[in-house]
Amino acid sequence: MITVASATKRYGRTAVVDDVALELGDVGVTAIIGANGAGKSTLLSLIGRLLPLDSGRIEIDGLDVGATKGDVLARLVAVLRQENHLTARLTVRDLVGFGRFPHGRGRIDAAGRAAIEEAIAYLDLEPLAERFLDELSGGQRQRAFIAMALAQDTRYLLLDEPLNSLDLRHAVEIMRLLRRLAAERGTRVVVVLHDLNFAAAHADRIIAMRDGRVIADGPPASVMRSEVLEAVYDLPIDVREIDGARVGLYFR
Amino acid sequence: MRTEPSVIERMPRAAAAPDAPARRGARERVVVALARPGVRLALLAALAAASVAVFVFVGIEGSWAFAVPFRLRKVAAMLLVAVAIGVSTVLFQTITGNRILSPAIMGFDALYVLIQTVVVFAFGAGALATTDPNLMWLVEVGAMVVFSGLLFRWVFARSARSVHLLVLVGIVFGVLFRSVSSLMQRMLDPAAFAVLQDSFFASFTGVDETLLGISTVAVVAVTAIAVPLVRRLDVLLLGESHAIGLGVDHRRTVTLVLVLVAVLVSVSTALVGPVAFFGLLVANLAYLVVGSFRHAATLPAAVLLGVICLVGGQFLLEQLGLGTALSVVIEFVGGIVFILMLVRKGVR
Repeated sequence: MITVASATKRYGRTAVVDDVALELGDVGVTAIIGANGAGKSTLLSLIGRLLPLDSGRIEIDGLDVGATKGDVLARLVAVLRQENHLTARLTVRDLVGFGRFPHGRGRIDAAGRAAIEEAIAYLDLEPLAERFLDELSGGQRQRAFIAMALAQDTRYLLLDEPLNSLDLRHAVEIMRLLRRLAAERGTRVVVVLHDLNFAAAHADRIIAMRDGRVIADGPPASVMRSEVLEAVYDLPIDVREIDGARVGLYFR
Repeated sequence: MRTEPSVIERMPRAAAAPDAPARRGARERVVVALARPGVRLALLAALAAASVAVFVFVGIEGSWAFAVPFRLRKVAAMLLVAVAIGVSTVLFQTITGNRILSPAIMGFDALYVLIQTVVVFAFGAGALATTDPNLMWLVEVGAMVVFSGLLFRWVFARSARSVHLLVLVGIVFGVLFRSVSSLMQRMLDPAAFAVLQDSFFASFTGVDETLLGISTVAVVAVTAIAVPLVRRLDVLLLGESHAIGLGVDHRRTVTLVLVLVAVLVSVSTALVGPVAFFGLLVANLAYLVVGSFRHAATLPAAVLLGVICLVGGQFLLEQLGLGTALSVVIEFVGGIVFILMLVRKGVR
């Protein structure tokens, strides 16, 4: 369980994450939605200890993220931010191999090699395993980074807008994959999403943020309501039910 | 580990096509072997050893008993400089995530010049000649370590966790140090200025041999600290977020690496003076030649290429009767590489 207790992060005087209290990781896939600047990515970075907290406390399975050793946390939680620019030329297999770093201080044993191959296979990357990352498309590269996180073999997986710059097919594939991870491996996925319909279609729980605070939290059915979404995005959103699934219409 | 098909790999394949299958098999094996970083490193090591051998033993006309130890001292200095510059540049490029930067950009060499200028300015040219050079060197190393440490803490304390800002601050400090030095140098009397200026010019042959002992100790110590770090350094190549996500204490590791870089830059600047582009040259050649991103391969490759450039280059130039021109040639070639890299970066 991830416990966020009155977490606050300020940039100058603006609180980007303002006194947030949450319990995360109770269900398979949790989606965090909100407008730009709502604090979704910052919250995710705070949980993944990529940013230091200004006040409050975040615990993962009882371990304080600010005080626990890096490699202990790295075996518990994997975090991927939108930062895929690399100066070095790596192959997909090299990159996925880095996921084993927390388990052997860089030495890879037989179990580690098996985990790498499994992660590559899980994301259908076998034909690309020897390719260099800069030769791949955006979607393929995104999958390679997710494979690295998978090889890390953690209970929690935090993803920051993994659908950015992906076409529809690849976006759907990534979301299906996250569902599969949750179902087959029991991974608890927390994912920041821009598209609320992807959240509605794939998440078990949706957390909506605005101005650094959580303003709605619950299963898709309770969050996917016109009055809630209008408050989140400041935009009239018509929610319709199509074949039992709620879809937000906001395109015109 | 596979690498991109290099020129070495492509050429024999095309030539081997009409050959008998058995011969082609042998050639393919050679090609496959050449693609392995270990084999490439071994070849570099052989080339470096050959450079050292010809430099020490070829063309001795007088007494061997005098010439060999004399040349060995020169080689020892060049080896130290090759390690110091190669390792410091690769490490620096790893923590900044940028392959067109070198420690010189952080203002390290400018600080060195400033310290010497201050000493001459305050105590006269005699001070530089009479102070124990080992003591002088230790003071310089201390100043550089403190400088880089303070800079780092200062920038990070403002929660700007950006290495680019750090480098920018480094450039500004470099300009400041250079300007202060230049102001002080203008106020010196001409004799003192001449002594001072003499110690600023990069020269791979006119090495200050009194510092060989302490430099060796420093280089060995830094190497002993750096070797266990190589795998963590590999992770740093993924950038700060990924490194933290994979459990590397990013801030501590970067601080430690900066201290190592400061010590190594002190070694090379004290021995041969400031060199702007040599590090850039060997580091980028190393990435190109070794075909692996791992520091276990790139660090030794950069050092070996440094040895080949310095010792082999010195030998060749001496054969041409241009013994003193090595730093000019290396800086010229390095400068061209720098410009090419800038242009290529712009195209992308």
